[in-house]
Amino acid sequence: MILGGKVSDVVLLDENGIRCDGRKIDEPRRIMIKAGVLKNADGSAYIEFGENKILAGVFGPRDVHPKHMANTDTGILRCRYHMSPFSVTERKNPAPSRREIEISKVLKEALEPAVILEKFPRTAVDIYIEVLQADGGSRCAALAAASVALADAGIPMRDMVSACAAGKVADTIVLDINNEEDQSGQADMPVGYMPNMEKITLIQLDGILTQDEYKKCVQTAIEGCKLVYKLQKKALNEKFFSNGGNA
Amino acid sequence: MEHTTLIDELKSNKIRELLEQGQRIDGRSFDEHRPLSIEVGVIPKAEGSARVHLGNTEVVTGVKVQPDRPFPDMGDKGIFICTAEILPLAHPSAEPGPPSPDVIELARVVDRGIRESGMVDLSQLVLVKDKSVIGIFADNSVIDHDGNLFDACSYASTAAILSTKIPKWEMKDDVPVKVEGQESDAPITTIPVSVTMGRIGDHIIVDPNGDEWSCLDARITITTNSDGNICALQKGGHDGFTFEQLTKCGEISTSIGAKIRETIKQSKQGGQ
Repeated sequence: MILGGKVSDVVLLDENGIRCDGRKIDEPRRIMIKAGVLKNADGSAYIEFGENKILAGVFGPRDVHPKHMANTDTGILRCRYHMSPFSVTERKNPAPSRREIEISKVLKEALEPAVILEKFPRTAVDIYIEVLQADGGSRCAALAAASVALADAGIPMRDMVSACAAGKVADTIVLDINNEEDQSGQADMPVGYMPNMEKITLIQLDGILTQDEYKKCVQTAIEGCKLVYKLQKKALNEKFFSNGGNA
Repeated sequence: MEHTTLIDELKSNKIRELLEQGQRIDGRSFDEHRPLSIEVGVIPKAEGSARVHLGNTEVVTGVKVQPDRPFPDMGDKGIFICTAEILPLAHPSAEPGPPSPDVIELARVVDRGIRESGMVDLSQLVLVKDKSVIGIFADNSVIDHDGNLFDACSYASTAAILSTKIPKWEMKDDVPVKVEGQESDAPITTIPVSVTMGRIGDHIIVDPNGDEWSCLDARITITTNSDGNICALQKGGHDGFTFEQLTKCGEISTSIGAKIRETIKQSKQGGQ
């Protein structure tokens, strides 16, 4: 097999349209989001997305160090996506890999359209994302958590950024690719989306799709983003408007 | 660091103003790439090589082929690795030292486009399963930077790989030994072509030049294979795209990609 997948003995999609983890083709994994989980950070969030367990902490707007990075016209956004050494099966070297540096950049650029930093010139907003346990789709889960953490920090935003992946498994477009499907499937497309502004702020693709499949894949991912958006709002609601919480 | 001068600002305003009138600063139409010339075999010591001019952006790519250990989970496949460097002589803003996130992204996007297309059939590059395989290393050196390094590096890598001759190795006492005078073409299955498009306001432009690059709202690189299917994609820049814009970019990537694929194919014959 050459086209985008590896030979595998796992049945990714059975004759009843059920995937290897028991989900239907348009069903996301279990998602749990909690806002305001850290004491010191200005804003924070924790997400469980399938087997992903990810923390996001936001600091700022605050002074920029090193100072030459400061912009006199606007505040700047900085983002670090990092995986803990114990987050994966084989221990990961704690130094940032090229993959993590790329994801940090892509996530920063996915959040930039949403945050309004013009009112905070010469400052920085720092987002630190720590992947405590990694599963397929960690960048989408990280993006969803980072977005909630920014809102939790009270940073002015045009919209929330939601995120969910879609992909192609056994010649079928499915929502929210898991690790197994990422390894053995035919395509993986993470998408970040601003649900109210209807704008895609993150999109990547590995794997081969026809033009029609490409369109369907983007649409499927957007539907997933809308589901995640509801949970992001719920998390913020629980923190700010529930009496039982310690907010 | 980005220091915008008054001239930059005026230029940016001019670019936006012209786009409103349906024009680009260098007179191209919106879906027109800059003149592309590809010369292969420029570095005889490399097993494959190419020099690409895309407008005033220039890249030299060399392909080295050598035996290596396979990746632990891919013992039945050869190795393919693509890197990129913006040499300090390429632009006043380029500096020696460890690669910036921009350069890491550049290398990874070029690598991903070629890898995901399955251009090189890596299963044909195995000497001894799980022990010894052939590695193909495509290293891109940007020597003049005038925007859109993604496509320039992608075309240079692809052309260099197409021109690559794979030496023959035989195993002797568990060590690969090169057989002199025997070589073959690389096992090619398809020709991937990336097309990078920028968005400025509501306008989508193909192959932004350096001036346009610095005022993009967002950009997207879409790689298609010889069948016209999409095999890799990456969005960048500080803003996003609507679904309609993404659909349009998908279509442009196939139509422009087909033309560029012909140019890449011709470069192969021309240089030999």
